[in-house]
Amino acid sequence: MNKMQIVLNGILKNNPTFVLVLGMCPTLGTTTSAINGLGMGVATMAVLIMSNLVISLIKNFIPDKVRIPAFIVVIASFVTIIQMLMQAYVPSLYASLGVFIPLIVVNCIILGRAEAFASKNGAVDSILDGIGIGLGFTIALTLIGAVREILGSGAIFGFSLGIADYMPLVFVLAPGAFFVLGYMMVLFNKLAKK
Amino acid sequence: MKSTLFNMVAVLFTVTLIASAGVGAVNMITADAIAAANAAATTEAVANVLPEFENTEISEQTIDDMPIVVYTATKGDETVGYAVESMTKNGFGGAIRMMVGFAPDGKILNVNVLQQAETPGLGTKMADEDNALLRSIKDKKAWEIEFKVKKDGGELDALTAATISSRAYYDAVARAYEAYKVACGYADKADGVSGATATNNEGQKTQEGGQNE
Repeated sequence: MNKMQIVLNGILKNNPTFVLVLGMCPTLGTTTSAINGLGMGVATMAVLIMSNLVISLIKNFIPDKVRIPAFIVVIASFVTIIQMLMQAYVPSLYASLGVFIPLIVVNCIILGRAEAFASKNGAVDSILDGIGIGLGFTIALTLIGAVREILGSGAIFGFSLGIADYMPLVFVLAPGAFFVLGYMMVLFNKLAKK
Repeated sequence: MKSTLFNMVAVLFTVTLIASAGVGAVNMITADAIAAANAAATTEAVANVLPEFENTEISEQTIDDMPIVVYTATKGDETVGYAVESMTKNGFGGAIRMMVGFAPDGKILNVNVLQQAETPGLGTKMADEDNALLRSIKDKKAWEIEFKVKKDGGELDALTAATISSRAYYDAVARAYEAYKVACGYADKADGVSGATATNNEGQKTQEGGQNE
């Protein structure tokens, strides 16, 4: 498989949010604004790239029966490291993403890619897969966050558009997340088929 | 790779050992930076609710089983205000933590919400710079305020469609006032001490165990 193809696959054909429909909990929970979606996407991408790399390197030494616990330990360590780094150097983003950072551990995308890709492919391909899937997730979360922010609070990336009073608040609440996710999934798949 | 008892134990042991060493190493690197970031956030929050000051003295109290921290701010020998880091568990989305600034005479100077998980667009307005909750208590004398929203028979405004969040907000402010009274020695005196200047020179030691109720 050509290298570019692996990255593009993660963004389009295997987009984790719109096509694979994995990792719905952070998708619905953190996309109340574009910046939160972007932050969550980038944090997940960082964990995914690192865990894909390590798992592809150690895959030949892991006995089959204990591969899942071994993968989870690797993933959880990277999440903890990312969490500490964010807390130290970007405390404001850390404060707004809160509980969702530790929850990256149980994000199905990461264990899913470890199982489906990194444990069968080499280090370079696994990094590229991490970048592709990570970008796909980041783009999806940022788009959903942007749409919800515009429709719900009349702002984009925190800049008020001066229309906040006329916008239906429901889009920043939980039901709005489902509306936006559903319609964007339809749109994405319609456009991607062409 | 085929699994045997020996290689499973050996591999899992090695993986967890390396992983914990890695996490430990990053922890050592970031511990100072995290402490510095937290300290900076606290200093900023204190500065946000008080007039200019030079030093702060920290004392801790426990009120209703919740830890409350009082920062007594001084400039020269003079106390310029008290910043109380208060909290409540009654928020719509869990705990709310806030910094409340009191002047030495008991006037509420400002409130800065540090942490909340209220409904976006409704309860989260409590963290805005100029909101209905803050407006109804700012620059008022704390002992004259009955910390109740209008719906509960009080005088204070609530946020539209966020009465539970508003109650929680005033609950935390009221708790901050309790802590303030202990910190500056008002507690023993009758409520309604007026515009005091003479009441804040002593008794700023930690007064643990001053549980109310």
